[in-house]
Amino acid sequence: MSRVHDMGGRWGDGAVRPEPDGIARFAEDWHPRALALTLAAGALGAWSIDAARHARESLAPADYARFSYYEKWLAALADLLVARGMVSAAELRDGPAETETAPAPHPRRLAAADVDRTLARRAPYSRPGPAPAFAPGDRVRTRLPARNAFIPGGHTRLPGYAAGQVGRVVISHGPHILPDANAHGLGEAAEPLYTVAFDAADLWGVAERAGDEVTADLWQSYLAPA
Amino acid sequence: MAPGKVVTPGAGLDKAPGAPHPALMPHDHSHDHPHSLLPSDPALRVKALESILTAKGLVDPAALGAIIETYQHKVGPQVGARVVARAWADAGFAAALLADADAALAAMGVSGRQGEHVVAVANTPQVHNMVVCTLCSCYPWPLLGIPPGWYKSDAYRARAVREPRAVLADFGVTLPEDQTVRVWDSTAEVRYLVVPMRPEGSAGLDEAALAALVTRDSMIGTGLPRRPGSAP
Repeated sequence: MSRVHDMGGRWGDGAVRPEPDGIARFAEDWHPRALALTLAAGALGAWSIDAARHARESLAPADYARFSYYEKWLAALADLLVARGMVSAAELRDGPAETETAPAPHPRRLAAADVDRTLARRAPYSRPGPAPAFAPGDRVRTRLPARNAFIPGGHTRLPGYAAGQVGRVVISHGPHILPDANAHGLGEAAEPLYTVAFDAADLWGVAERAGDEVTADLWQSYLAPA
Repeated sequence: MAPGKVVTPGAGLDKAPGAPHPALMPHDHSHDHPHSLLPSDPALRVKALESILTAKGLVDPAALGAIIETYQHKVGPQVGARVVARAWADAGFAAALLADADAALAAMGVSGRQGEHVVAVANTPQVHNMVVCTLCSCYPWPLLGIPPGWYKSDAYRARAVREPRAVLADFGVTLPEDQTVRVWDSTAEVRYLVVPMRPEGSAGLDEAALAALVTRDSMIGTGLPRRPGSAP
């Protein structure tokens, strides 16, 4: 496990607390505002979803552990805004700079009238790319350790618990944007994406029940024939 | 910010004039992260960021209101329930949904962010499906709305892959011994919709009545659908 977010299989987190059925409720009054602010800022197109995930994962482990979900979003949003030069550290500290006239709206500022259409838009992550090297039924071995092959400490979507494991391809999704590259401005680098099933006994040494499985969605460069 | 100047509401509210900002005081986290310059109270942090982004022309507060309205009142598990009910009522639709969910959903007018690539997985007497995102909290928003707190919790993210049956017990669900569990860890942009088994006693119900039996958690795999006649 290289980063704090990669928690699949960890012990000690205690019970899961179910909630009433229906539309999930925001637990705090500021949660919906944090959600909306993050989505509206994301609509400016200054970063990809992969870069946003990497920003959340790059929080200091102590912050990641103590922050609620939307606090992680806010912290990552602030960090991204500064990293992209859209907001200065001084503005975060002191509030908006006082100006004579308000700046013109950003050309991609999300308007209220466009919200429904933007949220309902289907913007696929599939891309033209190489033909798949594996087919459903093939046995594959995952990279060990789980790591970004381009950038030390960079973003990857291979969970630590599934690293170095042999699994079976169950779905071939075709080429998708590779997060390991896209999160770091290295291009979309589309690669075939697969759903790979692992035997729970292989992952954990012992399964809760023989035959139980866990799947993960993994890109071709995470995989070798097994 | 000098006293007497117009202050945008919310910005820097948690510091007294002249006092060092709490984030500049010795603290337990990294100062490499600009977010630590924001107020420490999260409600004030949101207000501060909103003030800055609004003043810079990056965000329109009216758009924020519209986004909130969408996820508080419009998009939720009733959308996914409509899809599942149709699959229960129409074998042809069920086959189409399982073969190519994106096409089947598009035909129903269901789409949106975080629902770009959907795979529907059907529960059977042999296999129970359950969905998690261990690395963050990926979730099929256009089908189920915003994720409930438990889905985003460390406990669910950590435990669902290792001990799904113990997690199901937290939800009051016990599976038959001969039913295998398959946990889908959503590590890419593929979002999984669990199609639960149609409950006994639901023959003859129309799609609307069937949809009322489909709970949010049954479409994540941590619950089972209601039985006809049970309280909603």
